[in-house]
Amino acid sequence: MGIFQRFARIPLKSTYIWSLCRQYSTDLTAVDRALIQHRCVHNRGLGASPGNPGAAPPRLPFSRVTQEDLAFFRTLLPGRTITDPDLLKSSNVDWLKTVEGNSEVLLRPKTTEEVSQILRYCNERNLAVCPQGGNTGLVGGSVPVFDEIILSTSLMKQVITFDNISGILTCQAGCVLENLSNYLEERDFIMPLDLGAKGSCHIGGNVSTNAGGLRLLRYGSLRGTVLGLEVVLADGRILNCLATLRKDNTGYDLKQLFIGSEGTLGVITAVSILCPRKPKAVNVAFLGCSSFQQLLETFQCCRGMLGEILSAFEFLDASCMSLLEKHLKLTNPITESPFYIVIETAGSNATHDEEKLHKFLEEVMTSSLVTDGTVATEATKIKALWSLRERVTEALTHEGYTYKYDISLPVEKIYDLVQDMRGHLGDMAKNVVGYGHVGDGNLHLNITSPSKDPALLAAIEPYVYEWTSKWKGSISAEHGLGLKKRNYIYYSKPSEAVALMGSIKAMLDPKGILNPYKTLPDNIH
Amino acid sequence: MSARVLVGVKRVIDYAVKIRVKPDRTGVVTDGVKHSMNPFCEIAVEEAVKLKEKKLVKEVVAVSCGPQQVQETIRTALAMGADRGIHVEVSGKDYETLGPLQVSKILAALAKKEQADLIILGKQAIDDDCNQTGQMTAALLDWPQRSPEDGTFASEVNIEADKLKVVREIDGGLETIKINLPAVVTADLRLNTPRYATLPNIMKAKKKKIANVKPADLGVDVSSRLEVLKVDEPPQRQAGVKVETVHDLVGKLKEAGRI
Repeated sequence: MGIFQRFARIPLKSTYIWSLCRQYSTDLTAVDRALIQHRCVHNRGLGASPGNPGAAPPRLPFSRVTQEDLAFFRTLLPGRTITDPDLLKSSNVDWLKTVEGNSEVLLRPKTTEEVSQILRYCNERNLAVCPQGGNTGLVGGSVPVFDEIILSTSLMKQVITFDNISGILTCQAGCVLENLSNYLEERDFIMPLDLGAKGSCHIGGNVSTNAGGLRLLRYGSLRGTVLGLEVVLADGRILNCLATLRKDNTGYDLKQLFIGSEGTLGVITAVSILCPRKPKAVNVAFLGCSSFQQLLETFQCCRGMLGEILSAFEFLDASCMSLLEKHLKLTNPITESPFYIVIETAGSNATHDEEKLHKFLEEVMTSSLVTDGTVATEATKIKALWSLRERVTEALTHEGYTYKYDISLPVEKIYDLVQDMRGHLGDMAKNVVGYGHVGDGNLHLNITSPSKDPALLAAIEPYVYEWTSKWKGSISAEHGLGLKKRNYIYYSKPSEAVALMGSIKAMLDPKGILNPYKTLPDNIH
Repeated sequence: MSARVLVGVKRVIDYAVKIRVKPDRTGVVTDGVKHSMNPFCEIAVEEAVKLKEKKLVKEVVAVSCGPQQVQETIRTALAMGADRGIHVEVSGKDYETLGPLQVSKILAALAKKEQADLIILGKQAIDDDCNQTGQMTAALLDWPQRSPEDGTFASEVNIEADKLKVVREIDGGLETIKINLPAVVTADLRLNTPRYATLPNIMKAKKKKIANVKPADLGVDVSSRLEVLKVDEPPQRQAGVKVETVHDLVGKLKEAGRI
């Protein structure tokens, strides 16, 4: 039994709480400290404990699904009400295979009207609902914790309209990102976001998470590119804010509430999004650097010399490369280096872009900021170079159990966290790797052990969150809070903000049926 | 070893691009479409560079026939390790009708002029799929020609004395063939994995020479004896029909006159 389980029965003044407060008493206000104490008292000995705030809390008193409920669903969605446990299995477990619920019902509506009827019924009956898109989320937010009904968008995959003058696409929430990309590419446009999970994730889920991805550096976040949403509220009301206008300052911008709300304020059923033109020329350079400092200087040089054609700046470290080689048999195209950078340029003129890129590459090579590199202009080679960055997550799953941390930090501090963690964990962890959207100041810190290890988890958390909080970073840059990180919200948001979030949740979902146990901390109730 | 290798590289539409037929059906759309080196030619260049690294040949010369843009393709070969390039200028109508026969005449003439000991070509190009240039070149020069078999080639191409030694896997085991040099070798897909051109080499390649030559200078007439009448897309695949029962299946088959 780990240290913290033993402490769970001991009254408030446990070593954990006080050391936490002492550590950064200058940064937390008295209210924050009180709240953290309160949180730990409230959950003491039950589910989430001071040693494991990511675990599920006890089940809230929602109704349980009855035969009558099933009869209603079967009439509403004939052939699309799934109760077979084998079919339910994959929807009850997250992509990382780290959280599992036991829902007994999976619903597959095809229209917004059906979603509305489902939620109206569930609200009346006080049945909890877990909205689910592609189930590729990394914080346990997309699967039920207990027996919540799974509301899947997998059959809501129609493109509604596309205007090829404005580039505005309107589609249902269940469209798979890659399918939308293919649809747009035929019409000379692209999606403004791109991520490794594109083959499975749904646009509705992307919007609910406010996903970042590989193109954020160039096209900005979904908060800028999403122009409108159609959302079904907890009581079944349909909120149609599906504007297709670039500019619309009429009243409060409600869609911003739902973007990033992780399915807790409403179920997104349709999205209208602004799409950029497909670039005529895309180049990818894969470079090697001998130190993080040089990597940062390369970034500055890149920003200066490539300017407007820069569309992605990602990094991975040597540990990531060896995992890619070991598990996925990918080859390193250049000589081994401590750090690798993937730079993508996208523009409308191949000659212009290549000239800029070659000047930049010459500059970084001659000044020795970069020790080796290669460039690709053909589609197959570009895919091969990108896969070295995109498939790190996959390679990590072969190492056993992965502890994932998606942190935003001041850019120069990014790798300090990785090195600090290595020192702090020593032999306890098998791998400590860092990679991610360094151009956006976003690190993906991953730690692996052959199997789930509570002692290792206790060593990592809350050390990593305290470290992040100390540098005023975000404990979840783009993955969201979901189930796993809900109680850590206080490391990155002040208590007044969280309290206001609670009020908004209570107003939009008084019975709390939408994706319970997620996003907001347990003590909000 | 003073052997010189000539490697032919062809600039083709990138294999990941979706091909579109021109509205006037005289050919496919090439304007503004991404082009790159024929994958089989990349393998040929890789093999030649490997021979140089093994010190079996002294110089690798990359050759391409076409308009100004093929210089990019030659530069890629130089970045992979070729020593110098030759750009045979063919443009406009002549380029549109340029086929294996004319290219093999050009290569044969160049081989004599450059005193090449070995010619390595890609087995075929992904745009016309002809698989003829290698064979025709060998015939014109009266040299032996060998195509290492796909998927089973054991990456052994060696030069011993004046002979090219090729080891290939066959069903029964390994087969070693010796053919006289000079010879023509055509490279198939699994012969090797072409290397990535690294930055230092890309920089060096900028300084390597590419000579310009016209077909007339080589005494080759590039006019074609073939005329393309029209180019069409393959017929659209019709969607299948799903039936619920065996009875329906039999009914549909009878309707279609199949039984």
